Amino acid sequence: MTVATPQHLSVKSLLAIEDLSNQDILAILDETARIKQACACNEDLRHTLPNRTLVNLFFENSTRTRLSFEIAARKLGVDVVNFEAPSSSLTKGESLIDTVRTIDAMRPDFLVVRHSSSGAAHIVQSHARAAILNAGDGAHEHPTQSLLDCFTIREAVGAIEGASIAIIGDLLYSRVARSNVFAFTKLGANVTIFGPPALAPGSFRTLGVTVARSLEEALDGANVVYLLRIQRERQADGLAPAPAEYRRLFGIDETRLSFTAPGAILMHPGPVNRDVEIDAHLLNHPCSVIETQVENGVFVRMAVLKLLVEARP
Amino acid sequence: MTTTLIHSGAVVDPSQNLHAPMDILIHDGCIARLGQSLSHEPHEHTFDASGLFITPGFIDIHAHLREPGGESSETIHSGARAAAAGGFTTVFAMPNTNPTCDSPLIARSTLDRSRQARAARVIPIGSVTKGLAGEELTDYSALQAAGVGALSDDGRPVANADRMRRALELAAQLDLVILDHCEDLSLTGAGVMHEGVISLRLGVSGIPRQAESLIVARDGALSAMTGGRLHICHVSNIESIEAIRHWKSRGAPITAEVSPHHLLLTDERLANYDTNAKMKPPLCEESDRQALIKALEDGTIDCIATDHAPHSQQSKHTTLDAAPFGILGFQTAFPAIYEGFVVPGRWSLDFLVEKLTIAPARVVNLDSQGAGALTPGSAADITLLDLNSPWRLTEDCILSRSTNTPWLGAQFRAQAAGVFVDGRLVHASETFANRIAKARDIEQHAR
Repeated sequence: MTVATPQHLSVKSLLAIEDLSNQDILAILDETARIKQACACNEDLRHTLPNRTLVNLFFENSTRTRLSFEIAARKLGVDVVNFEAPSSSLTKGESLIDTVRTIDAMRPDFLVVRHSSSGAAHIVQSHARAAILNAGDGAHEHPTQSLLDCFTIREAVGAIEGASIAIIGDLLYSRVARSNVFAFTKLGANVTIFGPPALAPGSFRTLGVTVARSLEEALDGANVVYLLRIQRERQADGLAPAPAEYRRLFGIDETRLSFTAPGAILMHPGPVNRDVEIDAHLLNHPCSVIETQVENGVFVRMAVLKLLVEARP
Repeated sequence: MTTTLIHSGAVVDPSQNLHAPMDILIHDGCIARLGQSLSHEPHEHTFDASGLFITPGFIDIHAHLREPGGESSETIHSGARAAAAGGFTTVFAMPNTNPTCDSPLIARSTLDRSRQARAARVIPIGSVTKGLAGEELTDYSALQAAGVGALSDDGRPVANADRMRRALELAAQLDLVILDHCEDLSLTGAGVMHEGVISLRLGVSGIPRQAESLIVARDGALSAMTGGRLHICHVSNIESIEAIRHWKSRGAPITAEVSPHHLLLTDERLANYDTNAKMKPPLCEESDRQALIKALEDGTIDCIATDHAPHSQQSKHTTLDAAPFGILGFQTAFPAIYEGFVVPGRWSLDFLVEKLTIAPARVVNLDSQGAGALTPGSAADITLLDLNSPWRLTEDCILSRSTNTPWLGAQFRAQAAGVFVDGRLVHASETFANRIAKARDIEQHAR
């Protein structure tokens, strides 16, 4: 990693894709490519960020995201401390601020925050000196997931600009969907969404996407099919169809996949509900890049950590 | 028996179409005379109002003073002082306290506490149903005898339509108005803010306009059916305005209010998850705001009311979904609206004063007692306005026990300089207090 980053990020914390400029996103993707290349060459990057500490502050359970941040940090030589406080056992909000102030007083360099309330990362930022990395706040954003998705698409399809991307499922309660809608539209993709009407409402048009009238219309000519699971834990009863009904109306199988463009890829942020949003055997289909997404997650998070340090004096 | 002279100010009293330089003579707590150069009349006390506007004291028919039960966020004493500092001489206290103001006992204790506060006069509002539960109606005649000025279950709707019908029938007989919080809670659900582009972007559950407008339409129909006086609280959106317009045109005895924040702010204000912009009904979109302004101008909406809703800093210091609904209103109402509408020239000072004085007095039938007007014989509730003293709203200026206002840090040029209740000065701005002190010095020196 000898190539210098041409320009610093315009942000000092990563709260939301919506805050990033196109230049920021592209800088992160380029840095990710360099890191992935270096890792492929078994380069030792553990001296990249010496004497730095990262705290994983998770008020909501998540093994994969926490692990991904931890591995990314360790690969750069950053010390990692994990703090898990399920939000149910704490008074909401107030303890979030108290906890953040306490931990920040110990002067960590990074706070990776996941919380069940939208906007939690903004609150954390206003009470901490450390660089904040939003690892998912309620139904708002999950920026590193989106960045790893962008990176994966760029790798597999080529450019994001001009690509047709279909996002299928529960968008309303999905932070991944929001971050991806912002990122994909910023980078010039044609985004089409489809799902149960209450969960993929027409109001998404205001974010610059097309709301399809049928699954076939959404998949027609798509270069990327992005599947989301139903966020049952976040929504009122009665909004989501039962699993069997969901599979019939929105599930992806080989027939439906045939509507997509040649060379289309299948993506999912995980965890996958097999045989609900996707036929189980499609998971091992050559078009599935779901495992690559997980792999790239580490590189993207390494890139973000490195660039945030560079952006802070 | 004392006589007080307020001289050299410009009287603005929309109830009498007055806008002229005049003196006011107060005798024994009541207005005795209005006229040019009254300084030759015998009097004991003098207030120099030169450079100031003299208006009837503002009346707020929608406020939450939290006592009893919520004293950590406001008390009748702190609320009445904050109200006076905002130019209000009479405020109506909503009954959603703990215990609820659903009995003569609580109503009387509110009146007692109000007298002790020696600030703005506080008039209790009795609840429509016991414990705001929406089920059993309270004893309206007993509440009225105890001094309540209106009825309301504010904070909650009367969800059951038949119960609302019976409440309107009973209230009609006693000539009491029901201040109606219109909200279909099933549509609100877990909603936190207006359902629109901003809530979608923020990933925050939305409250659709129809949560309000459906109940406005329903209760408008019940008002027309029963002849019961219905007042729609804090109208927030275009659909509710249309429902009000419809039922007014059908002759239903309906009035409506709009809050300063709905006139001045939109859901854009929540883009940073600001819990001090979270209230019910939620701030809607610019098109709604414009419709509210027009509705106030064309008379579809009758008056301005603050919906002053203090919440402790601790309770607002949290995530948007966990924070309580409501913001302060007393001390920002006049300065913020003056800044937003009178300074740019959209409204005259007279129009704004009307919507804060005689208009709300009419809603709650206080005009029959001379409230909201500077007429001889009526209580000397008077506000002196200083329209040209720049000031900034900091936590230090807030007399409420809470500081939950989206206008923290805002710069204003207008404020209440002096506020009189029953002819007694209950609030003076720093500048006006200095002027009074100086005048006393000169007087003493002369003696």
